[in-house]
Amino acid sequence: MHELSVTESLLNIVLKEARHNRCEKVIEVGITIGRLSSFIPDCIEYYFSFLSKGTIAEGAKLKFRIISPVIVCNNCDQEVKISDPFMRCPICGSSNIRLVSGRECYVEYIEVEDEKNKDQ
Amino acid sequence: MRRIKINEKILSANDLIALENRSIFDHHQALVLNIISSPGSGKTSLIEETLRRLRDKRATVIEGDIAGDLDANRIEPLAPSVLQINTDGSCHLDARMIRSALDHLPEGRIDLILIENVGNLVCPAEFKVGEDHKVVILSVTEGDDKPLKYPLVFQLASVLVINKIDLIPYTDFNLVRFINLTRQINPKIEVIKLSCRTKEGIEDWTQWIRKRLDDKNKG
Repeated sequence: MHELSVTESLLNIVLKEARHNRCEKVIEVGITIGRLSSFIPDCIEYYFSFLSKGTIAEGAKLKFRIISPVIVCNNCDQEVKISDPFMRCPICGSSNIRLVSGRECYVEYIEVEDEKNKDQ
Repeated sequence: MRRIKINEKILSANDLIALENRSIFDHHQALVLNIISSPGSGKTSLIEETLRRLRDKRATVIEGDIAGDLDANRIEPLAPSVLQINTDGSCHLDARMIRSALDHLPEGRIDLILIENVGNLVCPAEFKVGEDHKVVILSVTEGDDKPLKYPLVFQLASVLVINKIDLIPYTDFNLVRFINLTRQINPKIEVIKLSCRTKEGIEDWTQWIRKRLDDKNKG
């Protein structure tokens, strides 16, 4: 249920950027989430539809891009995707590795409609 | 319709406040431990034992609970200062909640700040509060499969405390399997086995803290 506070932060970012860019409506929000983070897209979607009511982001579609964890092995120098939470190189088995992606959680973009020119 | 690139971390606001907390902790020269576990694993008991054995250190405890002050009342006789945070339903402490408690820190040097997070093995792991180390506690009655089910907290913790080891003969808990699983998820994690009830192993834990305090003073 920590997705509630995460979705509040998400909505804040979306509204701040939309206002800053003088948008009338947010149509879509692109969100990138690493598989090793503990955020559940369905929960974020649910809270977003609730929290965004009455804002210019109401009804916006959330598009999630899920990133697989990637490690760099300090032993065999390979960069490789891992499929489980085990922190070891799937090629040589070494645990001397560095995680380079998989814990992301960020807003990548918003798609918006601009304010119509009020003078027209 | 147009697309605006943002690329902003969703928890960037939390992380910024965590940095602010960090500078307040540094001002007090404090070692800060964020203690995370399921409900009933022994966070409060471990904090009590820690305070009894580190009487030579100036300590502050920050208690995070969804409601009430039961744990703060338990700790109060042992700690020079206890700050209670009620999250009012939230399942974790975040940097902002800690920040508001820090206005009530005692003046001057504080050696050790122990943060008892809300009992929950999932959510607290995602929220930095400005700590030096995350400490994860697992009691043997919870089962040895937990690193697979809740990997994040085991990945991020500096130290794993296995509590209630006196109960192992009465459970199916496989200590070797559990430590192996945890090490596969976090090869660098340190492991301390103890029982807050029989006091076995508590000394290893306080030695771990003393070592971190020494490192901090040198650093």
